[in-house]
Amino acid sequence: MTGLTGCLLVSSMLFAIGLAGALTRRNTILVLVGIELMLNAANLNFIAFWRYGPRSGEPTGMIFVLFSIGVAAAEAAVGLALILAVYRHAKTTDLSQLTGGPQ
Amino acid sequence: MSVWIVRALWLIPVLPVLAAGMGALLKRNQRRLAATVAIGAMSISFVLAVVAFAHLLLAPERLFINFEWMQFGSEWLKLGWMLDPLAGAMLVMVTFVGLLIFIYSVAYMHHDENFTRFFCFLSLFAGAMLGLLIANSLLLLFMCWEVVGLTSYLLIGFWYERPAAAAAAKKAFITTRIGDLGLLLGMVWLYGQTGTLLFYDHGAGCLEAGVASTGIALLIFCGAVGKSGQLPLHVWLPDAMEGPTPVSALIHAATMVAAGVYLVARVYPLMTPQALEVVAWIGALTAIFAALVAVAQEDIKRILAYSTVSQLGYMMLGLGVGGVAVGVFHLIAHAFFKALLFLGAGSVIHGLMGEQDIREMGGVRKWMPVTFACYAVGTLALCGFPLFFSGFWSKDAILHAAYEWNVSRVPFYLGALGALLTAFYMTRQVCYVFFGKRRKGPVTEPVVPAETAASDPEEAAHESPAAMTTPLLLLAGFAVLLGFIGTPAWPWLQSFLEMEAASWDWHQLAENGLLSLMVASSLLVFAGLGLGWWLYGRKPIRHAGDQDALERLQPTVFYALKRGLFVDQLYAVTVLRLAWWIACVANWLERWVWGGIPVAVSALTKGLGWIDSSLDRWVVNKGFDEGCNSVADGGRLLAQLQDGRIQHYLRVLGAAVAALALFLLLGRRG
Repeated sequence: MTGLTGCLLVSSMLFAIGLAGALTRRNTILVLVGIELMLNAANLNFIAFWRYGPRSGEPTGMIFVLFSIGVAAAEAAVGLALILAVYRHAKTTDLSQLTGGPQ
Repeated sequence: MSVWIVRALWLIPVLPVLAAGMGALLKRNQRRLAATVAIGAMSISFVLAVVAFAHLLLAPERLFINFEWMQFGSEWLKLGWMLDPLAGAMLVMVTFVGLLIFIYSVAYMHHDENFTRFFCFLSLFAGAMLGLLIANSLLLLFMCWEVVGLTSYLLIGFWYERPAAAAAAKKAFITTRIGDLGLLLGMVWLYGQTGTLLFYDHGAGCLEAGVASTGIALLIFCGAVGKSGQLPLHVWLPDAMEGPTPVSALIHAATMVAAGVYLVARVYPLMTPQALEVVAWIGALTAIFAALVAVAQEDIKRILAYSTVSQLGYMMLGLGVGGVAVGVFHLIAHAFFKALLFLGAGSVIHGLMGEQDIREMGGVRKWMPVTFACYAVGTLALCGFPLFFSGFWSKDAILHAAYEWNVSRVPFYLGALGALLTAFYMTRQVCYVFFGKRRKGPVTEPVVPAETAASDPEEAAHESPAAMTTPLLLLAGFAVLLGFIGTPAWPWLQSFLEMEAASWDWHQLAENGLLSLMVASSLLVFAGLGLGWWLYGRKPIRHAGDQDALERLQPTVFYALKRGLFVDQLYAVTVLRLAWWIACVANWLERWVWGGIPVAVSALTKGLGWIDSSLDRWVVNKGFDEGCNSVADGGRLLAQLQDGRIQHYLRVLGAAVAALALFLLLGRRG
């Protein structure tokens, strides 16, 4: 098992965990956490493909991932702000209650 | 001076027609005005006719005025009117008799609520009849002929609420229509031969063209047979007596039925010897047949009706064997004395409160002396009582002509026997009506509804008013006097009709066995009168139900004669049955064949429409609805996907990514 395969497996697992969390959690914040996990799995893939790729001497992958983390941080802030706004409006962060479905 | 009367001649028929038009517009209660207008118009027509006649007396000639009426392609159809001695004499006769009958009707129809309608019809009839007389075109004559037929229908059915009158009117109309069909065909044929229907047109008229075809002549004669009640088509005339008595007198005795005779006289130049032979035979047979049937009738008007048929037969016989003058002489003489007889009968009926059965009458002489005297004159004139009555001279002229006829002498014997029978049945009638005692038999239903039944007929019987007796007296005068215009010694009428000067010639009386013939016919008349008196006058029947003298002798023969020798029954089982079958077949064809085609087409159309509508409803609409429903269902299905739950979206997204990954992995491997 090479390093790349191991990294990809980890990132896949991370993605799967994040996906499971995003799908199963009812709390909006935990769904957001799951989404962040999937994002991080993608970031891990970027790093892994850069590190084991043909041009690993140049710092392109790292810079890309740093940007991505930065953008994700901003996005998480926006997401949290939305959740906050929703919470203020609906007094709950439970997704099933927010959609008014039958649960 | 000579022409103005000819130019004004059209006024003679138009005035009564205008009077009829006015009469039609009058209200029912404007009785006096209706009678005044009708009689006034008729009087002016009479004066004009007399002026025209006087003009002809001064200068016998044939005058005519033709005018163009209608264009067919390049052909102009011309109509016109004419004045010649024949038309002139007829005009005076019709207007005079008509006028008297109009005056008479005022009294006779006094009680009838449809008085104005009666005068409207009567005027229309007079106008059409006068138009028929002056027509110088067979077409114009035919038009007037048909109007005359129409008014005859209207007047026979004047009391249309009585079923018998309505049926009689229908019968008269249809029967004469059969003859008119022949006339129409003859007219068309004649037009095909000569290209004109004008009688006289400066040498170009159809009578001047020299065309003489037996076929045309016989077809035209068909019309005369229908109108004048000759043998095969005589059945309508006795039934026509359902009309009011003045109508019977004017239309069905004096004028309209004579129109057929006039027609034959008018188109005489077209008549070939063969055609005249037919005319003579039919006339002779009709004369004897109707005289026989008249012997056994019991209705005063039916006797006179059969007598009219018989006399019309004489006229036809006269035309056939002797020529225009012989027939027309009898026509004019007959018009006067038959109108007299009918008006006398009307007076009796009026006096006896609507009684028409001669067995119920009797002794009328006592209450109605004037009527009796006039009736006696009429009877003697009809019988042909020698020397002083017109019927003698006119009938004798016919018998003489028949005696001289070179084809056969049978018509002469038939005519002579008819003369005997005429005297007999008239004597029988007079004995029944005027002699003996009033017989009050079982009460029959009143025949004239206008007159209310009186409590006691004996008391109620009365002499008729002056408006009825005056025409009777005038007509009686003419019934006597008219004989002298056509005696063999002074054949004025014949000369007048032939536009020659009349001359006295006493020797004519002795020529060709004329004198012996006159003696023989006088003897026949006396025999008839005597026989009638012997059978009926000696001891009149006491009760209305008593058997007739002849019935006692020969019940079977009497019954057969009483039923008109079963001609009606014969027609009922032949012609009517045939017509009924044809009608049935036509009805069946109409219903099932001609009617079936539209029904089938409509059923087909309906079926196609039904298929179309089902297709539309069950295929097109259904398919469209299904499409719409499936789109809507699909939308609903897809809408379920977008339920607003972010996690559901993600779930689908994850599943899709997983599927994609699997697909890529497996695809890579494959």
